[in-house]
Amino acid sequence: MPAVSKGDGMRGLAVFISDIRNCKSKEAEIKRINKELANIRSKFKGDKALDGYSKKKYVCKLLFIFLLGHDIDFGHMEAVNLLSSNKYTEKQIGYLFISVLVNSNSELIRLINNAIKNDLSSRNPTFMCLALHCIANVGSREMAEAFAGEIPRILVAGDTMDSVKQSAALCLLRLYKTSPDLVLMGEWTSRVVHLLNDQHMGVVTAAISLITCLSQKNPDEFKTCVSLAVSRLSRIVSSASTDLQDYTYYFVPAPWLSCKLLRLLQCYPPPEDGAVKGRLVECLETILNKAQEPPKSKKVQHSNAKNAILFEAISLIIHYDSEPNLLVRACNQLGQFLQHRETNLRYLALESMCTLASSEFSHEAVKTHIETVINALKTERDVSVRQRAADLLYAMCDRSNAKQIVAEMLSYLETADYSIREEMVLKVAILAEKYAVDYSWYVDTILNLIRIAGDYVSEEVWYRVIQIVINRDDVQGYAAKTVFEALQAPACHENMVKVGGYILGEFGNLIAGDPRSSPLVQFNLLHSKFHLCSVPTRALLLSAYIKFINLFPETKSTIQEVLRSDSQIRNSDVELQQRAVEYLKLSSIASTDVLATVLEEMPPFPERESSILAKLKKKKGPGAVSVNELEEGKREGGELNGGGGERGGDNSTIAASNASTPSPSADLLGLRTGPQVSAAPPSAGSLLVDVFSEAGVNDDGFLRDLEPPTESSDSLLAEGPGDSDSAPPSAVSEDAAPPLPESNELLNKFVCKNNGVLFENQLLQIGIKSEYRQNLGRMYLFYGNKTSVQFVTFTTTVSCPGELQSQLNVQAKPVEPLIEGGAQVQQVINIECLGDFCEAPLLNIKFRYGGALQNLSLKLPVTINKFFQPTEMASHDFFQRWKQLSQPQQEAQKIFKASHAMDTEVIKAKLLGLGMALLENVDPNPENFVCAGVIQTKAQQVGSLLRLEPNAQAQMYRLTLRSSKDTVSKRLCELLAEQF
Amino acid sequence: MIGGLFIYNHKGEVLISRVYRDDIGRNAVDAFRVNVIHARQQVRSPVTNIARTSFFHVKRSNIWLAAVTKQNVNAAMVFEFLYKMCDVMTAYFGKISEENIKNNFVLIYELLDEILDFGYPQNSETGALKTFITQQGIKGQTKEEQSQITSQVTGQIGWRREGIKYRRNELFLDVLESVNLLMSPQGQVLSAHVSGRVVMKSYLSGMPECKFGMNDKIVIDKQGKGGTTDDAGKSGKQSIAIDDCTFHQCVRLSKFDSERSISFIPPDGEYELMRYRTTKDIILPFRVIPLVREVGRTKLEVKVVIKSNFKPSLLAQKIEVRIPTPLNTSGVQVICMKGKAKYKASENAIVWKIKRMAGMKESQISAEIELLPTNDKKKWARPPISMNFEVPFAPSGLKVRYLKVFESKLNYSDHDVIKWVRYIGRSGIYETRC
Repeated sequence: MPAVSKGDGMRGLAVFISDIRNCKSKEAEIKRINKELANIRSKFKGDKALDGYSKKKYVCKLLFIFLLGHDIDFGHMEAVNLLSSNKYTEKQIGYLFISVLVNSNSELIRLINNAIKNDLSSRNPTFMCLALHCIANVGSREMAEAFAGEIPRILVAGDTMDSVKQSAALCLLRLYKTSPDLVLMGEWTSRVVHLLNDQHMGVVTAAISLITCLSQKNPDEFKTCVSLAVSRLSRIVSSASTDLQDYTYYFVPAPWLSCKLLRLLQCYPPPEDGAVKGRLVECLETILNKAQEPPKSKKVQHSNAKNAILFEAISLIIHYDSEPNLLVRACNQLGQFLQHRETNLRYLALESMCTLASSEFSHEAVKTHIETVINALKTERDVSVRQRAADLLYAMCDRSNAKQIVAEMLSYLETADYSIREEMVLKVAILAEKYAVDYSWYVDTILNLIRIAGDYVSEEVWYRVIQIVINRDDVQGYAAKTVFEALQAPACHENMVKVGGYILGEFGNLIAGDPRSSPLVQFNLLHSKFHLCSVPTRALLLSAYIKFINLFPETKSTIQEVLRSDSQIRNSDVELQQRAVEYLKLSSIASTDVLATVLEEMPPFPERESSILAKLKKKKGPGAVSVNELEEGKREGGELNGGGGERGGDNSTIAASNASTPSPSADLLGLRTGPQVSAAPPSAGSLLVDVFSEAGVNDDGFLRDLEPPTESSDSLLAEGPGDSDSAPPSAVSEDAAPPLPESNELLNKFVCKNNGVLFENQLLQIGIKSEYRQNLGRMYLFYGNKTSVQFVTFTTTVSCPGELQSQLNVQAKPVEPLIEGGAQVQQVINIECLGDFCEAPLLNIKFRYGGALQNLSLKLPVTINKFFQPTEMASHDFFQRWKQLSQPQQEAQKIFKASHAMDTEVIKAKLLGLGMALLENVDPNPENFVCAGVIQTKAQQVGSLLRLEPNAQAQMYRLTLRSSKDTVSKRLCELLAEQF
Repeated sequence: MIGGLFIYNHKGEVLISRVYRDDIGRNAVDAFRVNVIHARQQVRSPVTNIARTSFFHVKRSNIWLAAVTKQNVNAAMVFEFLYKMCDVMTAYFGKISEENIKNNFVLIYELLDEILDFGYPQNSETGALKTFITQQGIKGQTKEEQSQITSQVTGQIGWRREGIKYRRNELFLDVLESVNLLMSPQGQVLSAHVSGRVVMKSYLSGMPECKFGMNDKIVIDKQGKGGTTDDAGKSGKQSIAIDDCTFHQCVRLSKFDSERSISFIPPDGEYELMRYRTTKDIILPFRVIPLVREVGRTKLEVKVVIKSNFKPSLLAQKIEVRIPTPLNTSGVQVICMKGKAKYKASENAIVWKIKRMAGMKESQISAEIELLPTNDKKKWARPPISMNFEVPFAPSGLKVRYLKVFESKLNYSDHDVIKWVRYIGRSGIYETRC
């Protein structure tokens, strides 16, 4: 690049800038700028043409004024004129102005593009570079449209200068990042990959950034780069520190390039070719060896560069996870860093070790450093390093060292930094559970945890303790005793009271024998904490009291007295009041037998993934520095599963608890007292019920399966027998307009029922309620906004794809375009069945949530069976018709394995839900089910007969359908086969 | 109450820092500098709230005075105090400038100790202050004199000391008014009000009792009832309706409340007797008639006529008309019949200055403005044309009817006092839309 000669300095500009610097106040500065702007305007307006130098000077001044924060609305034309100058400095200023100031929708963009094109096709390398830099700096979609085709040509052309090649590669990378769809490599791919062989290291460095980015998108196309990268890497690694001249940085040969190469290799699995692999392993070993060599320089840059390569190599080794030897060596190397005096190195070592610990080969090697890590946790000054140490301890924990690690973490918790306490608590809870051999140890640990860091113990943790205690007979007595002792402390954390209340309520009888913990003592102990607790805890304690009445009849009068007191029975909180009233009545009316049944001990919880784990994953989600994308994917998957399962649990609870009070503790009540309580009339709690569930209540509990309001959905105690059928699959809304992959599944869910939750994600919940008569149907869709932010431009369209248009007439009433946060809107859809059909209509929903457009498509659960009219008939009528429909195409048969338990009542309910009449005493075999019905369409009526033969031993069904129309039998058979 | 007071120079360096209360931390000084003086956007509000701390500031040339408090104080009181503070400093060492403040910082701290006590404003009357805060050493002050100061400062009439003697008893009275106007292009008055001050300089001996009378509508009407109808009709036209007024502390408010008469024992020297505001029957000294024509995208023709609207015998002075120009002005040609006109690029305006102009005259300016086409589609907002002037009468119509002086102990009467009355009307924000 030509150096700026002295004559090119702009005196006027320098004077102007120094004037502004000398201004004493903002006002003075503005005055000076106004004056200058007027001057420039009169110069630009002036009749005589300006020479290049003054044009450059004025454009420069404008740029400076703009950078000071003032608006510039002229001078663009002059800047564009500068582009066509032949002087480097003038062109440079022109490009500078344009990349800073010209926006993409300017009218001048055509002129600018023209100038850039001219420069790109010129032979002058500096001009080409300027043009490329401008394209990259603007980097807009328009730029990509105009030049994305041109730049790869420049990049691979044989006669292009090296410096231009570098610029072109980086420019292309920038365009690819803004609009990947416009940068099509296609035929250039192999030539771009071969840039890795270029002699010029700068070109290779620039190209590798581009290749890394491209290969992440289409790894297959760039597969060939692996062997090239390996050979390039081995050449660098094996070179002496002086070989690469310009690219040697403090005695380290080409550190940036090495790091980039190693990172590129991390996009691919280990090379299959033995020779390549051998060479790569050799490289990695060399890098590890070099780390052991004494440093060639004392400068920090030298060690930084060396360590950068080393860490990149280690993450590649971890990525491959196939070379035990290398893994162990890496681990040892990191072990050395753990005691390094450089804090950053210790941090990185801990972080890398975390991932090493999850590899089977190096897990044992990592474990040897346990003492160092514990020491780091205790003595590190930097909280982020301590956090990594905690992570590593968590990762290296297994059955052999669990007790030690948990104990260390617990003792550290007392002094831990506030920002990491909650995470630490979760980790301790998980480790204690995961590696507990002895459950009394587990109970001790968790109670300790609550005692030490009660504020940071989330709901999930204590839910989990209770689950485990309930599921394990052997610890119940111990738990009751420990809890009782813990509660005797003068100040206990509320979570402790919750655990105490629950456990004593369930298992207080196990320690009642001891006079020191007699029932009354237990009760008094609990009640002494009552007034200090929040409403949900009090509600829980009330439940514990009623359990006490059952467990210890001698406490009945005391407890009734408490329940009867004004502070309970007239409590301003509806939930507490309801509980007090109901429990009081229950205890005074019900006989001991009834009481014993109602207040029976909790059944064991079904085993499933710990929700604490899910919580930890959620917490770590955004902050976690994940090395490995795969792992992240797994993590997200796990989270979704966890969430789905939890919600599934809630459904059944709400169904049982009458959906009367959807306060966070409602499900607790429901689960404990079981269906009996649901006989109680719906209380004033209905005020609290949101619109959604109110609809359900009014509808004779038709919408039983409806999701409860969101606030109760995070409750864990609510786990009932998880009915996966009613669990709405949690789907993340995507921009893609095609129907969600699970929409077929959704469809199947609604074959046998008309109401329920159609769809739910983090933002939106769609409930559905439908009724059908003859060939007509009406469907109500309830769109619930689950967020606190309003949805705008909410639109829905219902379409019938393909031939469905002639078979089904669907009319959707318009829906309000705005849904407030937490609100719900209703849409009515009228459906008329014209002829029989197989497909389902599509529902497309678009709305803006905080600026982002959400777009999702679902299948509306309208299936042919909805238009069934049940037909009752006697046995011989049935068989007569059965025989009439004996043509092979009229019959559809399927034999399939049962996917749910073969419960006669459930099957009956499903068949009734299908819409056909269930005919009793028709089939000679009482195990079999037969049904009859007529499908009403506008064009015709189609009679259908069904026979379902379960085979309980083989867990198989045979389903036979006969109807007067072959398509109908087939479709019905398909639909039904998914249901059992 | 005021928690502290800081004075900064234009760079934001602290010249004076005085903290009165513990709730104001050391970092408050920096907070104001960072958030107000060095703020990216110009801070227009005189009150800034930073981290639950309120900063009230006024600016005198390049000097910033900031009062800071954590409490919910009366903002008007704080500003009144800051203005008083400026007056006191001016009275002691002249113009408030960085140089002067640096030279007098001991004095300023002394003053701050005296006029603010634990954040509560105290006596800020310059005359009284000067008796005990002096710039020179005072020799031979006897015990008697010292105790006299104490009794005077803490006494009933803290603003005047006893035993003042003048050979010539003189009184100067200035009625200073500023007239504010916003007018539509068609000449319709959109808003207009006059805010006025009565400033006095008294050089009177002893402890005189003064009585000030003006053509207040309420007083005139009350008197009119007693007098003949002819009198009432005549004087009623001359009287003015005062919307609200405030008085110097020396005025006996109880007398004003009951009789609406303004009687007082004046401080010695210069002081502001009262402030008032009127909105009715304002005499607008000038009328501005704008005519703006856009010729294509690159040219603008402006013609402005001003008419003076008062007695031909009076002369208005220091007339300045400011005609804003669009932001993309590239050249201006001006022709005016009277005075001088110039395009000031740094202020984006044409400034037309006329030294003197008699009443019932008119003058005109026309300008051609060349514009540079821009790619910005924003239309010019057409800011209003503003005007400055000075006229020798009170635009509100206020007239001084009498100013009587009674001094029973000394042997001079009302007739012996020489009284000077002067009216000055200035422009406040005097704007006409175009």
